[in-house]
This record gives sequence, C-alpha cells and structure tokens, in this order.
Amino acid sequence: MNYTLKIWRQNNADARGEFVTYQVKDIASDMSFLEMLDALNEELLEKGEAPVTFEHDCREGICGSCGFLVNGVAHGGQKATTVCQLAMRHFKDGETITLEPWRAKSFPVIRDLMVDRSAFDRIIQSGGYISVPVGSAPEASTTLVPKQVSETSFDAAACIGCGACVAACPNASAMLFTSAKATHLNLLPQGQPQRDSRTLSMVTTMEIEGFGSCTNHGECEAVCPKEIPIEFIGKLNRDLLRATLCHGQTEGTIRVDAEGIPTSK
Amino acid sequence: MLETNIPSGPIEQRWEKCRAEMKLVNPANRRKHTIIVVGSGLAGAAAAATLGQQGYRVLNFSFHDSPRRAHSIAAQGGINAAKNYRYDGDSIFRLFYDTVKGGDFRARESNVYRLAEASVRIIDQCVAQGVPFAREYGGQLDTRSFGGVQVQRTFYARGQTGQQLLIGAYQALEEQIAAGTVTMHYRKDMLDLVVVDGYARGIVTRDLRTGKIETFAADVVVLATGGYGNVFFLSTNAMASNTTAIWRAHKRGAFFGNPCFTQIHPTCIPRSSEHQSKLTLMSESLRNDGRVWVPKKVGDARKPNDIPEEERDYYLERRYPSFGNLVPRDVASRAAKEVCDEGRGVGPNGQPGAQAVYLDFSDAIKRLGLDTVKEKYGNLFDIYERITGEDAYKTPMRIYPAVHYTMGGLWVDYHLMATIPGLFVGGEANFSDHGANRLGASALMQGLADGYFVLPATVPNYIASTKLRLLTADAPEFVAARQQSEQLIQKLLTIGGSRTPDSIHKELGNIMWEYCGMARNEEGLTKALDLIPKLREEFWTNLKLVGTGEELNQSLEKAYRIADFLELGELMCRDALHRRESCGGHFREESQTPDGEALRDDDHFAYAAAWEWTGEDQPETLHKDPLTFDYVHLAQRSYK
Repeated sequence: MNYTLKIWRQNNADARGEFVTYQVKDIASDMSFLEMLDALNEELLEKGEAPVTFEHDCREGICGSCGFLVNGVAHGGQKATTVCQLAMRHFKDGETITLEPWRAKSFPVIRDLMVDRSAFDRIIQSGGYISVPVGSAPEASTTLVPKQVSETSFDAAACIGCGACVAACPNASAMLFTSAKATHLNLLPQGQPQRDSRTLSMVTTMEIEGFGSCTNHGECEAVCPKEIPIEFIGKLNRDLLRATLCHGQTEGTIRVDAEGIPTSK
Repeated sequence: MLETNIPSGPIEQRWEKCRAEMKLVNPANRRKHTIIVVGSGLAGAAAAATLGQQGYRVLNFSFHDSPRRAHSIAAQGGINAAKNYRYDGDSIFRLFYDTVKGGDFRARESNVYRLAEASVRIIDQCVAQGVPFAREYGGQLDTRSFGGVQVQRTFYARGQTGQQLLIGAYQALEEQIAAGTVTMHYRKDMLDLVVVDGYARGIVTRDLRTGKIETFAADVVVLATGGYGNVFFLSTNAMASNTTAIWRAHKRGAFFGNPCFTQIHPTCIPRSSEHQSKLTLMSESLRNDGRVWVPKKVGDARKPNDIPEEERDYYLERRYPSFGNLVPRDVASRAAKEVCDEGRGVGPNGQPGAQAVYLDFSDAIKRLGLDTVKEKYGNLFDIYERITGEDAYKTPMRIYPAVHYTMGGLWVDYHLMATIPGLFVGGEANFSDHGANRLGASALMQGLADGYFVLPATVPNYIASTKLRLLTADAPEFVAARQQSEQLIQKLLTIGGSRTPDSIHKELGNIMWEYCGMARNEEGLTKALDLIPKLREEFWTNLKLVGTGEELNQSLEKAYRIADFLELGELMCRDALHRRESCGGHFREESQTPDGEALRDDDHFAYAAAWEWTGEDQPETLHKDPLTFDYVHLAQRSYK
C-alpha cells in the first residue's frame, strides 16, 4: 500500500516548523505505524536527507515513549492503542496521513515529532510517591488491601505517562495524568499518611508547570491508550477538597525557586 | 587472578557475615562521596534511590526522557519470592535450588543464595511503596506458577509487573531527586568509562539533544544498563537497549562474563514481515493455562480448531510429563525449534511448515470460564490481537521463540564489583545469578535485589575501605577520554559510505541468529567469526550518516551502538565456540543426550568464562572463574 505523509518538521524548540510532504510505497498491512516511519527514514537517509525524529522505545505500548498526533488524534484513534502498536491495516491505500507533535505549552517541541515531557516528572517529584526508605518496610502480608481497592488502584497505576491526555485536551490540562498518579497511591492503605500533602503538591505543581484546567471535555479519556477513566479526575477533585479543608491551600512539600518554578533542590 | 571475594562458612550465613565485616561511612560524611549510577531501570533506579536515601551524592544517568521508560517496564509476568504464603513447600533454599538447577549449574551458589534471601524483602519493600500486586478476595497477595518450578511463588501485577515495580522504584528515585540527594541526567548516553590509577572514577556522556560530550567524576561508578539482546537486531528488547556502556567499560579493563549465554524466550509473537523492527513477548505466565501443540502430521493444512484432539501433539506434555507446559525457557524453546524443523510448524490459518507453534486456551476457557481467563490474561490477548489481528479466545495463539535476555554480562565478584576497582555492575548488565538459563520472573527479582539490597551495602563498604585521591572531571584522564569519544563521533560522521546503520545491524542480527542462536555448532560459529570482522570492516568503511554530532541525531546514536554490537557479537561467537558443551540456553549440537537434551561437560566447563579485552582486532584472553557446587549437587537437569 502507498501513502502520502504530511509530517511536521522542526529542527529545534526555537526553529520555525512546517509540514513536509513525503510519499511512502509498498507498505505491508501488518507493519506497525512506526515501522512505516522506519521505512521512510531509511529512504531519507539513503537520499542524504535528515530522518524524521520521533520518540519510541519498547514498541509494545508500555514504556510511554512514543506518541504524536495522527490525523489530529493522539496515537491515531484506535481504542487502547499507542502509536507503536498501531497497525497499518487500519489505513486505506492511497490515504494522506498527517503527523504532528503533541501541541501543549508545557510540552515544548525538541525536534520534529519529539517533545519535552519532563513536566510530568516534576509533578511526581512534588509528591507522587510513598516514602519508604529501604529497610523500613513491614512484612508484606501485614498489609491487607481489599481486592476491589487494589484493582481500582491498579486501573490508575496503568498510566504510562505518554502525554496523550494533555495533547488531546483543548486546555492542555494534565488532570487525567495527575489524577491517575495520585489516585493510585491515595486509594491504598500505604498511601494514607501522605494523601493530603501529595494531592496538594501534585495539583499545585501541575498548575505551575502551565497545564490548563479541566473543563470536562473528556477528550483525554477517549485517547488514553491505557483507558484510564475520567472518574479519577473527580476522585482527585474530592481528594483536593478534603486536603484543602484539612490543611489549607498552600501546605505541602513543594519547593519552588524565586520565579515560582518547581525545583528539585 | 580472579578474586571472587565469596565469604566462607555455611551458605545461609555468608551474606550476614559479609555485611558484618563491612566498613561503614559516617552519615555526616556520606554527602562528600559522589556515586555515578548509569541506567534507571529496576537495578539502577533502586540503587540510585537507596544510596540517595542513605545520604550519598548520587548522579543518575538515563538516555530516556524519564527514568520510568527504562526497559524493565516491559516485563510482564511476575517476580519470584520465597515467601511461602501458600505453604506449598517453598523456602529460601528451594528458590536457591531451583535457580541453580534452572541455570544448569553455571551460576555461583553463594550469589544465588543471597538472591533468594533478598527476594523476601523485595516484596515487603514494593508493597510498602504501593505496588498494586494482584490480591485475593481476603486482601492477601496472590501468587502463580512460572516455568521450571513446582511451587507458586510468583507475585504479579496483571501483565504489567515490570511497569508497576519500575514505577515503585522510579517514584522512590523522584523523591530523592526532589530531596536533592540524586541529580538526574536525562537523555544522556554513557560513551566511556574513565579509569584513573586503575580505579573507575567517572564517565564520558553525550547529551542526546545537543550532542555535547561531557565528563563526570565520582568515587564509584555503578552500571545498571541492561542486556545486549539487540545484538540480534530482532529481540524483545526495546529499540534503544544497547551494550555501549558495558562494552566501553570492558574495553577499559572490565572482564566480560559468559557473553554467549543468551535466553531465547519460547513464547513470542512470530515474525511476520521483513520490515519487522522488534519482536513482542507473550508472558510465560500464559503457559500456566495454555497448552502448547502442533499437528502430529507434517503438512497438515487444516485450521487449528478443525484438527481433532488425537491428531494434535502436545509435545511438551508428552516429553516432560512432570513439568509439562511449564518446563524452563531453554527447554521449551528448543522443543519448539525441533518440531518446526521437522516441518510441523504452523502459520496463519493453519498454513503448514511455518515457524510457529500453537498456544491453546480452549481447555482453560472450558475449565475456568471465559471471564476468569480474561481477568488473568486479558491484556496479553489484547496485545496479540492488536499485532496479529486474530482473536486468541477463539483460535489458538501462534508463538515462536525470540531473543529475550542475556545471562552474560560484565564479570563481577560477590560484591558485584567488576575487575576494575570502583566499577560495580547490577541487574541484567552483570553475569551474576542466572547461569546459563534464567528462570521466569527472576529478572525483576535480581534487578531489585541488586538495586535495593546488595549495591547499597557493597558500594558504601568500598567507599569506606578505599583511599581515593581528590579528582575533578577536568583531570588529564578525563580530557583524554572525552577527546577519544569526540574523535569516535567525528570518525563515524565522516565515513561517507552508502549503507545505513540499520542495514548493517540487520545483517549482523542475521549472522548471530543463524550461527549463535538457539542451536550452535563449530562449523557455524567458525563461519560467524569470519563474517563478523568483515561486516565490521564494511561498517567502518561504508557507513552512511547525515547531519552533525552537535544536534539530536538518532541515526548517529544507532551507529555508535552498532559499532559496539559488532565487536561484542564476535566475542559471543568466540565464547560459544570455546564452550564445547551444552548448558541451559547454550546448546552445542555436538553435545547432546540421545534424546536431544543439553549435555553438560562438568569436567571441563564447570566455570564462568571471563574474557579480557586485549586490543582492537586481537583475540580476547580467557580467564576461568571455577564454579563449585556444595549444596546443589551437579546432576543432569531433568524436567521429565
């Protein structure tokens, strides 16, 4: 099968980007989308042109490295599928396919289809953990977790941090990501001691990082390759209300520099 | 020559004795010591976080944009631990025994015993961190069975155990980053190890965004950079997994242990096209309930569901009645190769003669019900459907072995220190615990044992007992190493040939799979040792790259990783050629029992091979690390 690709090319964060059109030929239906791009890149390299930069690693939909917009939809619009798992059999012969990077202020473009998602790490740094120094853990069987709680916590923990939720949201909100990461820990008995400070810190950091607010469009849930349900956003809002009532808005463990940017130091 | 530093005394007391004799660093002094940890997977993230908690100044390096993307994340099935929560006969000794036997008696007893001891605390640590392991209705932890054992000791988190454990370690690491004990260096490749006065004192890195080559100095360097299965081009490893960090350390003097010991995993989705970039694993846990079979008749072109029961050969159940479908990986892989070599392999829609076998769940669905099978394995069935377009609830999966894990790695002593003082190696990057074959659900266990419990004890002991001179990253040795890396990059960019990195990598992969894959023989290995240097020559004279070294250049990254694979591949073949016995994943056709099982030669090969780099285009020198078995008696491994 043959395709016309319109791909966003941009040399670095400061450069002007533009769409460039390429033709790819003889693409087999069982190739993955990224294997189709591999074929294009081999051809470009052979011609002496710069291959298209895109992020990818495990190619099994679990590392969360890959992701860009395919025809305007994060990861290409197949249910519960990352772009690395997207098979070319879903595209019609002769189709024109448009590829562009995640578009969000908090995810600056690094090159072509690759963006900087380090803001997600900073949200985790501000509280997305349970403090348990090695050596201090109790015997595992002393912590009982009801199966239903464990299952729901797992549903949240399934997030792979790819950023599709932000890219799909008209406000570029990171609420689905943040709520998944917070809910995973907030539901568990082990996560209770830091529940309020975790919630306050993560939400504050999310705002400082420039992500927008949630206005319930639900686009995030629709594109999430791990099918994280939007209910977790409601759960986070309830946790936030609880934490704010108990502890006030500014408390938490967040560290910021003079300009209000969260810092690791 | 090789000092293993194994403590004396009864095996169950060795690690405690070793710890009791260790020197300590005063808490107030710890921040004066810098520890470099390269890699942020289970071993790297766990070690960096734990050493950070202890108060050391840790620099952690990852070539990813976030530590959470390291390839540990892709492990599916589970993690072993000798908790004996089911009271089904498990114990630390039993896990130790199973691992030594499963590794076909080519691992060190002392290391494996310590691993089995640590397994118990790993589960405690992970549960406390909030890892959502599978639970029973009463809230207790659930476990299941994996290959090569007869107890249920595998803890799991749906089909994403690796992701959940890594997120646990990653979150601990992020907490330390926020606390300022760990400084994270993202998107940086380690290009070289800096050795000063015979001690590992730092690394050279390349910033993947800007191409900037930098040096970092430290008291200790820990490598936790994973395995080198991508030498085969097609494997279940992530695309960027590579050998560069350990290979460059090898060229600086660290011996390489058992390079030819490769694990070919029996249950992967078969290769479909020439354009395939990687292979996808289907967790071994599927063999708990799936039954492996092929048609009895060669050339049977019927669809699987049309082949009656009596015309199917459940060859694992037939050949290995006591372990059945849960034989260890090396045994299952070879058996699959044999039936496919006989012409009984199966393709899509029952097409005969292909390279795959059936993994059939119809009995399990009848026995347990569709819902239970969906709950246990649903995500794996989904992965299968996405790639093949087939519904495995209705028709059997097709599977075939693929390169998955490398038991070999840098040689280390009991403290996980390489032959260069101050260089420690953890996780898949070392050769330590799995012998010639790794049991399922033991990679996560080893990565976390090294990261949470072994390295955080042995690294401080090294710091406390070694006098190092003060050094900064602009010392002459650092400048020289940086210049060498810069020259290497320039050399690659100026070859100006016509072949892309991938085309050469694929050719190397074909050579390795053909001659150093599931079955090896003298003739094939000798041929590979002729072909690989020629291909290396082709690489260095005919490589094509575009762009510069001072920008994000993914083809350049591939190229310098392939350069190292081209050297490592040769050493793997040399190691495989010298080991004229079969053991675990290393099957030499010349050495097999009458019924086709691996035949060890303990009189001549009961040792770990440790290879020393002697210079470009020189054959490496072999050193032997003798293995003794005082607790698990050497025996022909039998799963019948």
